[in-house]
Amino acid sequence: METTLNVEGLQVNYGNVQALKGISFKVPKGKIVSLIGANGAGKTTTLKAISGNCKSAGVVVFNNHPITNKESFQLVAEGLIHCPEGRGVFPNLTVMENLQLGIVGRHSAKANFNKNLEECFVLFPRLKERINQIAGTLSGGEQQMLAIARALIGEPELLLLDEPSLGLAPLVVKLIFEIIVRINKDKGVTVLLVEQNAKQALKISNYAYVLETGKILLEGTGADLLNNDDVKKIYLGEH
Amino acid sequence: MNEFIQHTINGLALGSIYALVALGYTMVFGVLQLINFAHGDIFMVGSFVGLYFIRWFMPNVEPSLLTTIIVILVAMVGSATVGVIIEKFAYRPLRKAPRINILITAIGVSLLLEYGGQLIFGASPQFFPDILPRKQIDLGGAIYLDSNQVTIFLVSFVLMLVLQFLVFKTQFGRAMRAISHSLETANLIGINVNKVILITFIIGSSLAGAAGVLYGVAYPKIDPLLGLLPGLKAFIAAVLGGIGNVTGAVIGAILLGLSETYVAGYISSTYRDALAFLILILVLLLRPAGLLGTKKIEKV
Ligand SMILES: Nc1ncnc2c1ncn2[C@@H]1O[C@H](COP(=O)(O)OP(=O)(O)O)[C@@H](O)[C@H]1O
Ligand SMILES: [Mg+2]
Repeated sequence: METTLNVEGLQVNYGNVQALKGISFKVPKGKIVSLIGANGAGKTTTLKAISGNCKSAGVVVFNNHPITNKESFQLVAEGLIHCPEGRGVFPNLTVMENLQLGIVGRHSAKANFNKNLEECFVLFPRLKERINQIAGTLSGGEQQMLAIARALIGEPELLLLDEPSLGLAPLVVKLIFEIIVRINKDKGVTVLLVEQNAKQALKISNYAYVLETGKILLEGTGADLLNNDDVKKIYLGEH
Repeated sequence: MNEFIQHTINGLALGSIYALVALGYTMVFGVLQLINFAHGDIFMVGSFVGLYFIRWFMPNVEPSLLTTIIVILVAMVGSATVGVIIEKFAYRPLRKAPRINILITAIGVSLLLEYGGQLIFGASPQFFPDILPRKQIDLGGAIYLDSNQVTIFLVSFVLMLVLQFLVFKTQFGRAMRAISHSLETANLIGINVNKVILITFIIGSSLAGAAGVLYGVAYPKIDPLLGLLPGLKAFIAAVLGGIGNVTGAVIGAILLGLSETYVAGYISSTYRDALAFLILILVLLLRPAGLLGTKKIEKV
Protein backbone atom coordinates (compact mmCIF):
# COMPACT_ATOMS: atom_id res chain seq x y z
CA MET A 1 0.00 0.00 0.00
CA GLU A 2 1.22 3.47 -0.83
CA THR A 3 2.28 5.61 2.10
CA THR A 4 1.39 9.28 1.90
CA LEU A 5 3.20 10.29 5.04
CA ASN A 6 5.96 8.53 6.87
CA VAL A 7 7.35 10.00 10.07
CA GLU A 8 10.43 8.59 11.74
CA GLY A 9 12.06 9.68 14.98
CA LEU A 10 10.41 13.10 14.98
CA GLN A 11 11.75 15.31 17.74
CA VAL A 12 10.85 18.87 18.70
CA ASN A 13 12.35 20.96 21.46
CA TYR A 14 10.94 24.17 22.85
CA GLY A 15 13.95 25.64 24.60
CA ASN A 16 15.08 22.82 26.85
CA VAL A 17 11.68 21.18 27.00
CA GLN A 18 11.39 18.21 24.69
CA ALA A 19 7.83 18.23 23.36
CA LEU A 20 8.30 15.29 20.98
CA LYS A 21 10.72 12.58 21.99
CA GLY A 22 11.22 10.83 18.68
CA ILE A 23 7.90 9.53 17.41
CA SER A 24 7.31 7.38 14.35
CA PHE A 25 4.09 6.70 12.48
CA LYS A 26 2.64 6.25 9.00
CA VAL A 27 -0.37 7.54 7.13
CA PRO A 28 -1.30 5.23 4.23
CA LYS A 29 -2.82 6.82 1.13
CA GLY A 30 -6.57 7.24 1.20
CA LYS A 31 -6.93 6.45 4.92
CA ILE A 32 -7.87 8.31 8.05
CA VAL A 33 -5.21 8.05 10.71
CA SER A 34 -5.67 9.72 14.04
CA LEU A 35 -3.40 10.81 16.80
CA ILE A 36 -5.18 10.93 20.11
CA GLY A 37 -3.93 12.14 23.43
CA ALA A 38 -4.56 14.46 26.32
CA ASN A 39 -3.99 18.19 26.37
CA GLY A 40 -0.28 18.93 26.14
CA ALA A 41 0.64 15.50 24.74
CA GLY A 42 2.28 17.07 21.69
CA LYS A 43 -0.43 16.61 19.06
CA THR A 44 -0.37 20.16 17.71
CA THR A 45 3.42 20.15 17.80
CA THR A 46 3.44 17.00 15.67
CA LEU A 47 1.24 18.59 13.02
CA LYS A 48 3.25 21.81 13.06
CA ALA A 49 6.50 19.93 12.66
CA ILE A 50 5.09 18.02 9.67
CA SER A 51 3.68 21.11 7.98
CA GLY A 52 6.84 23.18 8.36
CA ASN A 53 5.61 25.37 11.17
CA CYS A 54 8.16 24.45 13.80
CA LYS A 55 11.75 23.27 13.73
CA SER A 56 12.23 19.54 14.17
CA ALA A 57 14.71 16.73 13.94
CA GLY A 58 13.97 13.35 12.42
CA VAL A 59 12.66 12.29 9.04
CA VAL A 60 9.35 13.20 7.48
CA VAL A 61 8.62 11.72 4.08
CA PHE A 62 5.63 12.94 2.07
CA ASN A 63 4.74 11.16 -1.17
CA ASN A 64 8.14 9.48 -1.16
CA HIS A 65 10.34 12.50 -0.73
CA PRO A 66 11.79 13.98 2.44
CA ILE A 67 10.23 17.25 3.56
CA THR A 68 11.82 17.78 6.97
CA ASN A 69 12.04 21.49 7.73
CA LYS A 70 10.73 22.65 4.38
CA GLU A 71 8.83 25.93 4.52
CA SER A 72 5.13 25.79 5.14
CA PHE A 73 4.17 27.48 1.85
CA GLN A 74 6.26 25.01 -0.14
CA LEU A 75 4.42 22.11 1.46
CA VAL A 76 1.02 23.65 0.84
CA ALA A 77 2.03 23.98 -2.79
CA GLU A 78 2.60 20.20 -2.81
CA GLY A 79 -0.81 19.50 -1.30
CA LEU A 80 0.06 19.04 2.36
CA ILE A 81 -2.54 21.26 3.96
CA HIS A 82 -2.85 22.02 7.66
CA CYS A 83 -6.18 23.04 9.12
CA PRO A 84 -5.16 24.73 12.36
CA GLU A 85 -6.43 24.32 15.88
CA GLY A 86 -9.02 26.69 17.31
CA ARG A 87 -10.07 29.69 15.31
CA GLY A 88 -7.83 29.20 12.37
CA VAL A 89 -9.86 31.56 10.21
CA PHE A 90 -9.16 35.24 9.70
CA PRO A 91 -11.96 37.02 11.58
CA ASN A 92 -11.20 40.35 9.87
CA LEU A 93 -11.83 38.88 6.40
CA THR A 94 -15.11 37.80 4.87
CA VAL A 95 -16.05 34.15 4.46
CA MET A 96 -15.35 34.45 0.72
CA GLU A 97 -11.96 36.06 1.33
CA ASN A 98 -11.02 33.29 3.73
CA LEU A 99 -11.96 30.73 1.10
CA GLN A 100 -10.01 32.59 -1.56
CA LEU A 101 -6.93 32.26 0.63
CA GLY A 102 -7.37 28.49 0.33
CA ILE A 103 -5.53 28.65 -2.99
CA VAL A 104 -2.97 31.25 -1.97
CA GLY A 105 -0.11 28.79 -1.87
CA ARG A 106 -1.66 26.04 -3.95
CA HIS A 107 -1.15 27.00 -7.57
CA SER A 108 -2.49 23.79 -9.05
CA ALA A 109 -5.91 24.36 -7.45
CA LYS A 110 -6.38 27.86 -8.85
CA ALA A 111 -8.11 26.80 -12.02
CA ASN A 112 -10.60 24.68 -10.07
CA PHE A 113 -11.53 27.34 -7.54
CA ASN A 114 -15.15 27.78 -8.62
CA LYS A 115 -15.79 24.08 -8.90
CA ASN A 116 -14.27 23.41 -5.48
CA LEU A 117 -16.23 26.30 -4.02
CA GLU A 118 -19.48 24.74 -5.21
CA GLU A 119 -18.46 21.41 -3.71
CA CYS A 120 -17.76 23.11 -0.41
CA PHE A 121 -21.19 24.68 -0.48
CA VAL A 122 -22.66 21.19 -0.84
CA LEU A 123 -20.79 20.07 2.27
CA PHE A 124 -21.39 23.30 4.15
CA PRO A 125 -24.56 24.98 2.93
CA ARG A 126 -24.35 27.46 5.80
CA LEU A 127 -21.21 28.98 4.38
CA LYS A 128 -22.99 29.78 1.17
CA GLU A 129 -25.60 31.79 3.03
CA ARG A 130 -22.90 33.69 4.88
CA ILE A 131 -20.48 34.16 2.03
CA ASN A 132 -20.13 37.93 2.40
CA GLN A 133 -20.22 37.99 6.17
CA ILE A 134 -17.13 38.88 8.19
CA ALA A 135 -15.74 35.58 9.46
CA GLY A 136 -15.40 36.89 13.01
CA THR A 137 -19.18 37.08 13.26
CA LEU A 138 -19.67 33.35 12.55
CA SER A 139 -20.42 30.89 15.34
CA GLY A 140 -17.65 28.59 16.53
CA GLY A 141 -18.99 25.69 14.51
CA GLU A 142 -19.31 27.80 11.38
CA GLN A 143 -15.75 29.02 11.80
CA GLN A 144 -14.57 25.43 12.03
CA MET A 145 -16.51 24.61 8.87
CA LEU A 146 -14.92 27.59 7.17
CA ALA A 147 -11.45 26.45 8.21
CA ILE A 148 -12.09 22.97 6.79
CA ALA A 149 -13.66 24.40 3.63
CA ARG A 150 -10.66 26.66 3.09
CA ALA A 151 -8.36 23.66 3.37
CA LEU A 152 -10.50 21.70 0.86
CA ILE A 153 -10.43 24.54 -1.66
CA GLY A 154 -6.70 23.87 -1.90
CA GLU A 155 -7.32 20.25 -3.00
CA PRO A 156 -5.29 18.58 -0.26
CA GLU A 157 -3.49 15.31 -0.88
CA LEU A 158 -2.97 15.07 2.84
CA LEU A 159 -5.15 17.01 5.23
CA LEU A 160 -3.85 17.65 8.72
CA LEU A 161 -6.80 18.37 10.99
CA ASP A 162 -6.07 19.75 14.43
CA GLU A 163 -8.90 19.15 16.93
CA PRO A 164 -11.78 20.08 14.63
CA SER A 165 -14.31 19.24 17.34
CA LEU A 166 -12.78 21.37 20.08
CA GLY A 167 -15.29 23.50 21.95
CA LEU A 168 -18.25 22.67 19.71
CA ALA A 169 -21.76 21.60 20.67
CA PRO A 170 -22.40 17.81 20.44
CA LEU A 171 -24.59 18.09 17.35
CA VAL A 172 -21.99 20.14 15.55
CA VAL A 173 -19.29 17.69 16.60
CA LYS A 174 -21.29 14.90 15.04
CA LEU A 175 -21.68 16.88 11.84
CA ILE A 176 -17.96 17.67 11.66
CA PHE A 177 -17.00 14.00 12.05
CA GLU A 178 -19.50 13.02 9.35
CA ILE A 179 -17.94 15.55 7.08
CA ILE A 180 -14.44 14.25 7.72
CA VAL A 181 -15.65 10.82 6.64
CA ARG A 182 -17.21 12.24 3.49
CA ILE A 183 -14.06 14.16 2.63
CA ASN A 184 -12.15 10.93 2.93
CA LYS A 185 -14.62 8.60 1.20
CA ASP A 186 -16.01 10.86 -1.53
CA LYS A 187 -12.98 12.94 -2.33
CA GLY A 188 -10.29 10.42 -1.46
CA VAL A 189 -8.42 12.84 0.74
CA THR A 190 -5.92 11.24 3.10
CA VAL A 191 -6.47 12.56 6.61
CA LEU A 192 -4.24 12.83 9.65
CA LEU A 193 -6.61 13.74 12.44
CA VAL A 194 -5.59 15.00 15.85
CA GLU A 195 -8.21 14.78 18.59
CA GLN A 196 -8.87 14.78 22.30
CA ASN A 197 -12.30 13.40 21.53
CA ALA A 198 -10.88 9.90 21.32
CA LYS A 199 -14.15 8.03 20.95
CA GLN A 200 -15.36 9.85 17.86
CA ALA A 201 -11.90 9.94 16.33
CA LEU A 202 -11.31 6.21 16.80
CA LYS A 203 -14.72 5.39 15.33
CA ILE A 204 -13.87 6.95 12.00
CA SER A 205 -10.17 6.04 11.88
CA ASN A 206 -8.59 3.22 9.96
CA TYR A 207 -5.60 3.38 12.24
CA ALA A 208 -4.65 5.38 15.30
CA TYR A 209 -1.80 6.24 17.63
CA VAL A 210 -2.02 7.26 21.26
CA LEU A 211 0.37 10.04 22.14
CA GLU A 212 1.41 10.75 25.71
CA THR A 213 3.91 13.44 26.71
CA GLY A 214 5.75 13.34 23.44
CA LYS A 215 5.86 9.57 23.01
CA ILE A 216 3.67 7.05 21.22
CA LEU A 217 2.17 4.80 23.84
CA LEU A 218 -0.09 2.55 21.80
CA GLU A 219 -1.17 2.02 18.24
CA GLY A 220 -3.72 -0.08 16.44
CA THR A 221 -6.77 0.03 14.25
CA GLY A 222 -9.54 2.32 15.42
CA ALA A 223 -11.64 -0.69 16.44
CA ASP A 224 -8.77 -2.29 18.37
CA LEU A 225 -8.10 0.83 20.37
CA LEU A 226 -11.78 1.36 21.10
CA ASN A 227 -11.71 -2.04 22.81
CA ASN A 228 -8.35 -1.61 24.48
CA ASP A 229 -8.67 -1.53 28.28
CA ASP A 230 -6.10 1.21 28.83
CA VAL A 231 -7.64 3.40 26.18
CA LYS A 232 -11.08 2.78 27.62
CA LYS A 233 -9.95 3.77 31.07
CA ILE A 234 -7.84 6.80 30.26
CA TYR A 235 -9.31 8.27 27.10
CA LEU A 236 -12.87 7.08 26.90
CA GLY A 237 -13.70 7.56 30.56
CA GLU A 238 -15.09 4.01 30.92
CA HIS A 239 -14.35 1.70 33.82
CA MET B 1 -16.31 81.99 4.19
CA ASN B 2 -14.01 82.36 1.20
CA GLU B 3 -11.04 82.30 3.51
CA PHE B 4 -12.36 79.09 5.01
CA ILE B 5 -12.66 77.49 1.60
CA GLN B 6 -9.11 78.54 0.77
CA HIS B 7 -7.83 77.02 4.02
CA THR B 8 -9.77 73.86 3.31
CA ILE B 9 -8.20 73.50 -0.12
CA ASN B 10 -4.73 74.03 1.34
CA GLY B 11 -5.46 71.64 4.21
CA LEU B 12 -6.67 68.92 1.86
CA ALA B 13 -3.49 69.23 -0.19
CA LEU B 14 -1.29 68.95 2.88
CA GLY B 15 -3.44 66.11 4.21
CA SER B 16 -3.08 64.21 0.93
CA ILE B 17 0.71 64.27 1.25
CA TYR B 18 0.47 63.09 4.85
CA ALA B 19 -1.92 60.37 3.72
CA LEU B 20 0.53 58.93 1.19
CA VAL B 21 3.16 58.70 3.94
CA ALA B 22 0.75 57.53 6.64
CA LEU B 23 -0.33 54.61 4.44
CA GLY B 24 3.18 53.17 4.57
CA TYR B 25 3.33 53.41 8.35
CA THR B 26 0.00 51.75 8.75
CA MET B 27 0.62 48.95 6.23
CA VAL B 28 3.98 48.02 7.71
CA PHE B 29 2.52 48.16 11.19
CA GLY B 30 -0.27 45.89 10.01
CA VAL B 31 2.07 43.12 8.90
CA LEU B 32 4.94 43.48 11.36
CA GLN B 33 3.47 45.37 14.34
CA LEU B 34 6.45 47.60 13.81
CA ILE B 35 6.53 51.36 13.79
CA ASN B 36 8.95 51.81 10.94
CA PHE B 37 10.82 54.86 12.17
CA ALA B 38 12.76 54.93 8.92
CA HIS B 39 9.61 55.55 6.91
CA GLY B 40 9.86 59.36 7.07
CA ASP B 41 13.38 59.04 5.73
CA ILE B 42 12.19 56.89 2.85
CA PHE B 43 9.96 59.84 2.01
CA MET B 44 13.08 62.07 2.06
CA VAL B 45 14.88 59.61 -0.20
CA GLY B 46 12.03 60.00 -2.69
CA SER B 47 12.56 63.75 -2.73
CA PHE B 48 16.27 63.41 -3.35
CA VAL B 49 15.93 60.69 -5.97
CA GLY B 50 13.54 63.05 -7.77
CA LEU B 51 15.93 65.98 -7.40
CA TYR B 52 18.98 64.12 -8.70
CA PHE B 53 17.05 62.49 -11.49
CA ILE B 54 16.00 65.92 -12.72
CA ARG B 55 19.55 67.30 -12.37
CA TRP B 56 21.21 64.44 -14.16
CA PHE B 57 18.73 63.34 -16.75
CA MET B 58 16.38 66.20 -17.50
CA PRO B 59 18.16 69.43 -16.48
CA ASN B 60 16.51 71.59 -19.12
CA VAL B 61 13.15 69.96 -19.26
CA GLU B 62 10.01 71.98 -19.78
CA PRO B 63 7.86 72.00 -16.66
CA SER B 64 4.74 69.97 -17.28
CA LEU B 65 2.42 67.49 -15.63
CA LEU B 66 4.02 64.70 -17.65
CA THR B 67 7.50 65.65 -16.38
CA THR B 68 6.19 65.63 -12.85
CA ILE B 69 4.62 62.21 -13.28
CA ILE B 70 7.85 60.79 -14.70
CA VAL B 71 9.83 62.18 -11.76
CA ILE B 72 7.27 60.76 -9.35
CA LEU B 73 7.52 57.31 -10.91
CA VAL B 74 11.31 57.37 -10.71
CA ALA B 75 11.19 58.49 -7.07
CA MET B 76 8.72 55.69 -6.32
CA VAL B 77 11.17 53.15 -7.70
CA GLY B 78 14.02 54.75 -5.74
CA SER B 79 12.15 54.74 -2.44
CA ALA B 80 10.84 51.23 -3.01
CA THR B 81 14.41 50.02 -3.59
CA VAL B 82 15.53 51.54 -0.30
CA GLY B 83 12.48 50.03 1.42
CA VAL B 84 13.31 46.58 0.04
CA ILE B 85 16.93 46.83 1.19
CA ILE B 86 15.84 47.87 4.69
CA GLU B 87 13.31 45.07 5.00
CA LYS B 88 15.64 42.38 3.65
CA PHE B 89 18.80 43.29 5.50
CA ALA B 90 17.65 45.09 8.64
CA TYR B 91 14.22 43.77 9.59
CA ARG B 92 13.93 40.28 8.14
CA PRO B 93 16.86 38.81 10.12
CA LEU B 94 15.10 39.98 13.29
CA ARG B 95 11.73 38.43 12.53
CA LYS B 96 11.92 36.06 15.48
CA ALA B 97 13.81 38.38 17.82
CA PRO B 98 12.08 40.30 20.63
CA ARG B 99 10.07 43.29 19.44
CA ILE B 100 12.42 45.81 21.07
CA ASN B 101 15.34 44.70 18.88
CA ILE B 102 13.56 45.52 15.66
CA LEU B 103 12.29 48.81 17.08
CA ILE B 104 15.81 49.89 17.96
CA THR B 105 16.98 48.74 14.55
CA ALA B 106 14.31 50.91 12.93
CA ILE B 107 15.61 53.94 14.82
CA GLY B 108 19.14 53.02 13.75
CA VAL B 109 18.12 52.74 10.10
CA SER B 110 16.40 56.11 10.37
CA LEU B 111 19.54 57.76 11.74
CA LEU B 112 21.63 56.05 9.10
CA LEU B 113 19.47 57.46 6.32
CA GLU B 114 19.37 60.94 7.84
CA TYR B 115 23.07 61.31 8.52
CA GLY B 116 24.11 59.17 5.56
CA GLY B 117 21.98 61.58 3.53
CA GLN B 118 23.85 64.54 4.98
CA LEU B 119 27.12 62.86 4.09
CA ILE B 120 26.07 62.29 0.49
CA PHE B 121 23.89 65.30 -0.26
CA GLY B 122 25.31 67.78 2.25
CA ALA B 123 23.42 69.22 5.18
CA SER B 124 22.28 72.46 3.62
CA PRO B 125 18.92 72.70 1.90
CA GLN B 126 18.81 72.33 -1.86
CA PHE B 127 16.38 73.88 -4.23
CA PHE B 128 13.86 71.50 -5.77
CA PRO B 129 13.51 72.50 -9.44
CA ASP B 130 10.27 73.65 -10.99
CA ILE B 131 8.90 70.67 -12.83
CA LEU B 132 5.33 71.84 -12.80
CA PRO B 133 4.13 74.99 -14.55
CA ARG B 134 3.30 77.48 -11.80
CA LYS B 135 -0.28 78.47 -12.37
CA GLN B 136 -3.01 79.64 -10.11
CA ILE B 137 -6.57 78.94 -11.05
CA ASP B 138 -8.82 81.75 -9.87
CA LEU B 139 -11.97 80.20 -8.49
CA GLY B 140 -13.39 83.66 -7.83
CA GLY B 141 -13.83 85.44 -4.55
CA ALA B 142 -10.09 85.41 -3.85
CA ILE B 143 -9.99 81.62 -3.74
CA TYR B 144 -7.11 80.08 -5.61
CA LEU B 145 -6.29 76.58 -6.61
CA ASP B 146 -2.59 76.15 -7.25
CA SER B 147 -1.30 73.85 -9.99
CA ASN B 148 0.69 72.09 -7.21
CA GLN B 149 -2.48 71.35 -5.42
CA VAL B 150 -4.22 70.02 -8.49
CA THR B 151 -1.29 67.68 -9.04
CA ILE B 152 -1.26 66.59 -5.41
CA PHE B 153 -4.97 65.81 -5.51
CA LEU B 154 -4.70 64.01 -8.80
CA VAL B 155 -1.67 61.90 -7.95
CA SER B 156 -2.74 60.98 -4.44
CA PHE B 157 -6.26 60.17 -5.57
CA VAL B 158 -5.02 57.83 -8.29
CA LEU B 159 -2.49 56.18 -5.97
CA MET B 160 -5.05 55.67 -3.24
CA LEU B 161 -7.49 54.13 -5.70
CA VAL B 162 -4.80 51.72 -6.84
CA LEU B 163 -3.97 50.94 -3.23
CA GLN B 164 -7.61 50.40 -2.33
CA PHE B 165 -7.83 47.92 -5.17
CA LEU B 166 -4.65 46.11 -4.13
CA VAL B 167 -5.64 45.84 -0.49
CA PHE B 168 -9.29 44.90 -0.88
CA LYS B 169 -9.55 43.12 -4.21
CA THR B 170 -6.41 41.06 -4.74
CA GLN B 171 -4.90 37.94 -3.26
CA PHE B 172 -1.95 40.03 -2.08
CA GLY B 173 -4.31 42.30 -0.16
CA ARG B 174 -6.15 39.40 1.43
CA ALA B 175 -2.84 37.83 2.41
CA MET B 176 -1.65 41.14 3.87
CA ARG B 177 -4.79 41.53 5.95
CA ALA B 178 -4.54 37.90 7.02
CA ILE B 179 -0.99 38.48 8.23
CA SER B 180 -2.09 41.55 10.13
CA HIS B 181 -4.46 39.33 12.07
CA SER B 182 -2.06 36.48 12.66
CA LEU B 183 1.29 35.99 11.02
CA GLU B 184 1.48 32.49 12.43
CA THR B 185 -1.84 31.32 10.99
CA ALA B 186 -1.08 33.05 7.70
CA ASN B 187 2.17 31.14 7.45
CA LEU B 188 0.43 27.93 8.41
CA ILE B 189 -2.14 28.04 5.63
CA GLY B 190 0.52 28.56 2.98
CA ILE B 191 0.93 32.30 2.64
CA ASN B 192 4.50 33.15 1.72
CA VAL B 193 4.77 35.63 4.54
CA ASN B 194 8.16 37.08 3.64
CA LYS B 195 7.04 37.76 0.11
CA VAL B 196 3.89 39.53 1.25
CA ILE B 197 5.84 41.62 3.76
CA LEU B 198 8.30 42.57 1.04
CA ILE B 199 5.51 43.66 -1.30
CA THR B 200 4.03 45.66 1.57
CA PHE B 201 7.34 47.50 1.94
CA ILE B 202 7.50 48.09 -1.80
CA ILE B 203 4.02 49.61 -1.86
CA GLY B 204 4.40 51.65 1.33
CA SER B 205 7.82 52.96 0.34
CA SER B 206 6.81 53.89 -3.18
CA LEU B 207 3.84 55.87 -1.87
CA ALA B 208 6.26 57.72 0.41
CA GLY B 209 8.53 58.33 -2.58
CA ALA B 210 5.67 59.87 -4.54
CA ALA B 211 4.85 62.03 -1.53
CA GLY B 212 8.50 63.12 -1.37
CA VAL B 213 8.32 64.56 -4.88
CA LEU B 214 4.93 66.19 -4.29
CA TYR B 215 6.37 67.76 -1.16
CA GLY B 216 9.39 69.02 -3.08
CA VAL B 217 7.11 70.55 -5.70
CA ALA B 218 4.98 72.26 -3.05
CA TYR B 219 7.77 73.29 -0.65
CA PRO B 220 10.82 73.48 -2.90
CA LYS B 221 13.63 73.34 -0.35
CA ILE B 222 14.77 69.90 0.66
CA ASP B 223 17.45 68.57 2.98
CA PRO B 224 18.28 65.14 4.40
CA LEU B 225 16.38 65.78 7.62
CA LEU B 226 13.31 66.63 5.59
CA GLY B 227 11.55 63.41 6.59
CA LEU B 228 11.58 64.07 10.30
CA LEU B 229 8.60 66.31 10.82
CA PRO B 230 6.29 65.15 8.00
CA GLY B 231 7.22 61.58 8.94
CA LEU B 232 6.24 62.14 12.53
CA LYS B 233 3.02 63.85 11.51
CA ALA B 234 2.10 61.09 9.09
CA PHE B 235 2.72 58.63 11.88
CA ILE B 236 0.40 60.62 14.14
CA ALA B 237 -2.17 60.65 11.34
CA ALA B 238 -1.93 56.87 11.16
CA VAL B 239 -2.41 56.60 14.92
CA LEU B 240 -5.34 59.01 14.75
CA GLY B 241 -7.02 56.90 12.06
CA GLY B 242 -6.24 53.66 13.87
CA ILE B 243 -2.81 52.25 13.09
CA GLY B 244 -3.03 49.16 10.93
CA ASN B 245 -6.14 50.45 9.19
CA VAL B 246 -5.64 51.64 5.62
CA THR B 247 -8.82 53.71 5.38
CA GLY B 248 -8.14 55.14 8.83
CA ALA B 249 -4.72 56.38 7.76
CA VAL B 250 -6.23 58.43 4.94
CA ILE B 251 -8.94 59.88 7.16
CA GLY B 252 -6.46 60.66 9.95
CA ALA B 253 -4.11 62.36 7.50
CA ILE B 254 -6.82 64.51 5.93
CA LEU B 255 -8.07 65.53 9.38
CA LEU B 256 -4.56 66.42 10.47
CA GLY B 257 -3.81 68.40 7.30
CA LEU B 258 -7.04 70.34 7.65
CA SER B 259 -6.64 71.09 11.34
CA GLU B 260 -3.05 72.22 10.89
CA THR B 261 -4.09 74.60 8.16
CA TYR B 262 -7.02 76.00 10.14
CA VAL B 263 -4.86 76.50 13.22
CA ALA B 264 -2.17 78.20 11.15
CA GLY B 265 -4.77 80.32 9.37
CA TYR B 266 -7.01 81.36 12.23
CA ILE B 267 -4.77 81.23 15.27
CA SER B 268 -1.09 81.32 14.52
CA SER B 269 1.32 79.28 12.44
CA THR B 270 3.50 78.98 15.54
CA TYR B 271 1.07 76.43 16.89
CA ARG B 272 0.84 74.38 13.73
CA ASP B 273 3.51 71.83 14.56
CA ALA B 274 2.45 71.56 18.19
CA LEU B 275 -1.08 70.66 17.11
CA ALA B 276 -0.06 67.25 15.78
CA PHE B 277 1.44 66.33 19.13
CA LEU B 278 -1.60 67.59 20.97
CA ILE B 279 -3.71 65.33 18.76
CA LEU B 280 -1.39 62.41 19.48
CA ILE B 281 -1.72 62.92 23.22
CA LEU B 282 -5.49 63.23 23.00
CA VAL B 283 -5.84 60.11 20.89
CA LEU B 284 -3.64 58.09 23.21
CA LEU B 285 -5.63 59.28 26.21
CA LEU B 286 -9.13 59.06 24.83
CA ARG B 287 -9.14 56.51 22.07
CA PRO B 288 -5.85 54.65 21.82
CA ALA B 289 -7.12 52.39 19.05
CA GLY B 290 -7.73 55.43 16.85
CA LEU B 291 -10.85 56.48 14.99
CA LEU B 292 -11.30 53.30 12.93
CA GLY B 293 -9.03 51.01 14.91
CA THR B 294 -10.11 47.81 16.52
CA LYS B 295 -9.59 47.02 20.18
CA LYS B 296 -7.07 44.36 19.32
CA ILE B 297 -4.41 46.97 18.58
CA GLU B 298 -4.47 48.42 22.09
CA LYS B 299 -2.48 45.66 23.70
CA VAL B 300 0.50 46.29 21.42
N1 LIG C 1 5.49 27.61 21.48
C1 LIG C 1 5.76 26.82 22.54
N2 LIG C 1 6.75 27.13 23.42
C2 LIG C 1 7.03 26.35 24.47
N3 LIG C 1 6.37 25.22 24.75
C3 LIG C 1 5.38 24.86 23.95
C4 LIG C 1 5.02 25.64 22.80
N4 LIG C 1 3.98 25.02 22.18
C5 LIG C 1 3.72 23.92 22.91
N5 LIG C 1 4.55 23.81 23.96
C6 LIG C 1 4.58 22.72 24.96
O1 LIG C 1 4.75 21.51 24.27
C7 LIG C 1 3.91 20.51 24.79
C8 LIG C 1 3.00 19.97 23.70
O2 LIG C 1 2.10 20.98 23.30
P1 LIG C 1 1.04 20.77 22.13
O3 LIG C 1 1.72 20.18 20.97
O4 LIG C 1 0.34 22.04 21.92
O5 LIG C 1 0.05 19.72 22.79
P2 LIG C 1 -1.41 19.29 22.36
O6 LIG C 1 -1.72 19.86 21.02
O7 LIG C 1 -1.36 17.81 22.37
O8 LIG C 1 -2.33 19.80 23.42
C9 LIG C 1 3.16 21.13 25.94
O9 LIG C 1 3.82 20.81 27.13
C10 LIG C 1 3.24 22.60 25.67
O10 LIG C 1 3.24 23.33 26.86
MG1 LIG D 1 -3.23 21.10 20.45
